[in-house]
Amino acid sequence: MPDGTAPDDIRQRLRGMAPERGRVGYGFVAPALSAILVFFFIPLAGALLLSFTDFDIYALGDLAYLRFIGIDNYTRLARDPLFWKALGNTMMFVVSAGPLTVLPALGLALLLHARLTRFKGFFRTALFLPVVTTLVAVAVVWRYLYHPQYGPMAAVLSVFGVEPIDWLGDPHWALPAIILMAVWKNFGYSMVVFLAGLHAIPGQLYEAARIDGANAWQQFRHVTLPLLAPTTLFVAVLTLVGYLQLFAEPYVMTQGGPSQSTLSVVLLMYEEGFRWWNMGYAAAVAFLLFGIIVAGGLVLRRVQRRWVP
Amino acid sequence: MSTPQKMLATLGIHLLLVAAVCLTIFPLAWMAMASVMPAGEASAYPMSWVPSALSLEHYRALFSRLEVVRYIMNSALIAGAVTLISLVVNSMAGYAFAKLSFPGRERVFRGLVATLVVPGQVTMLPLFMLLKYLGLINSYWGVIVPGMASVFGIFLFRQYALSIPDSLLDAARIDGAGEWRIYRSIVLPLCKPILLTLAVFTFMGTWNDFMWPLVVLTDSRLHTLPVALANLSGEHVQDTELMMAGALLTVLPVIVLYALLQRYYIEGIMVGSIKG
Repeated sequence: MPDGTAPDDIRQRLRGMAPERGRVGYGFVAPALSAILVFFFIPLAGALLLSFTDFDIYALGDLAYLRFIGIDNYTRLARDPLFWKALGNTMMFVVSAGPLTVLPALGLALLLHARLTRFKGFFRTALFLPVVTTLVAVAVVWRYLYHPQYGPMAAVLSVFGVEPIDWLGDPHWALPAIILMAVWKNFGYSMVVFLAGLHAIPGQLYEAARIDGANAWQQFRHVTLPLLAPTTLFVAVLTLVGYLQLFAEPYVMTQGGPSQSTLSVVLLMYEEGFRWWNMGYAAAVAFLLFGIIVAGGLVLRRVQRRWVP
Repeated sequence: MSTPQKMLATLGIHLLLVAAVCLTIFPLAWMAMASVMPAGEASAYPMSWVPSALSLEHYRALFSRLEVVRYIMNSALIAGAVTLISLVVNSMAGYAFAKLSFPGRERVFRGLVATLVVPGQVTMLPLFMLLKYLGLINSYWGVIVPGMASVFGIFLFRQYALSIPDSLLDAARIDGAGEWRIYRSIVLPLCKPILLTLAVFTFMGTWNDFMWPLVVLTDSRLHTLPVALANLSGEHVQDTELMMAGALLTVLPVIVLYALLQRYYIEGIMVGSIKG
């Protein structure tokens, strides 16, 4: 029964129920909202407070040892070479792994979307497979792939006459090795999002472009790319946010080494917080990361606005 | 395009895709190969690409000596519980945000969506202390409880529930059905596809999760499979074949689940991305 045609008495009965339905609405959201309040908002506020304290292993035992120290944690971070190292590594990881993930993902999505392509379902499923795998498990696998003597990587490179590289043991190669693995693990996700974006572009636009005499490249440049801009922004933000949280790969493969060449911001936070129990200091690290993520998202939105006015 | 040109393009596209698939599958294929090699074969020089003989000794060692069954059960229990609880909690909230009007609804929903930008690590330290205070550290509940409700789940369910016609719900109300009954016998059956999507997402996400179980579960008897695998890889760094068998057991359930329900999984990514 369409809304507009309800007889008056029924409409009145429905209206009579409205306030009650309001209460019912609260009842339906109450479990979720209370869980989110207790396990998200309270810890979020707690994290901010924590970052202004010297909470450490003594305070964990007895809160009497807890002191408010203002922004000391943040000023200490600014002078901590380890933090700058971790931030530098994380940035290096983001700016190299990011484009290396997104660009092939776009290329493969275009190939999968092409009219000439057969077995689309098979290709998509296979290319997406690394995304669903357990990060820890594939990190273990890649550690062996990178083995300098018996690893398949060394065997392949030796065919081209390349000397064995101690991928994970060499400070110059450890981060690139982790980048390569992250690209392998994640490109499928971006690819599927790009595919969704490509599907959403109306076919008539290409037809109109063809009638106007646009060739394949011109169609791509003037139809596909501009209309894909929102999708690209979404993929870029997702990738940026995800990659800034780099943790399990270095934790399992290198423990941040060799000589801190793969120490990431989150790994530093984990070490400070859950290994040395310097939770106040670790909370400051976490909040700085949060700030960087928000700033990164805003920058990307700016870039996109400029690109497609 | 002329026909030979078209054939060339088709050939090129498929060659590129096949190459990409080979590169993508190789690490997983090698994992499977190495897991059935006799001990030591995967770390011999020159390396062998295929096992010289099929050897199941590493799986046997994992199941008998290394108690992998316990870790599988832990992982399954935690992922199963989080999936069930969060499906109920998120679908209730998602439905209310879509279809039940109450004061402040839009503002609360926008507030929730805004929290999606906060990385999980920010809340991790106080959450740990909170759970310690509640006595949930080093228990299954410590891993389950923070996953009970998720903004992403609520968002996904809401988007889907928006398409339910109001007239259908009103008709049920006129017939005297209570709101709970409407949710149970009309909304949930109509939303089955998105429930499946959410179930796959949540189960896989929880199964694959590493950092939080690593922090919360200190007793090794409670460890999930990924945490146990990470520990194992520290102790058995030389036993390549054993580690590959362990890695395969860890990824196998999610790969099977993905193979069976991939339509719903991909759907979830697409729905989630359209909003952005």
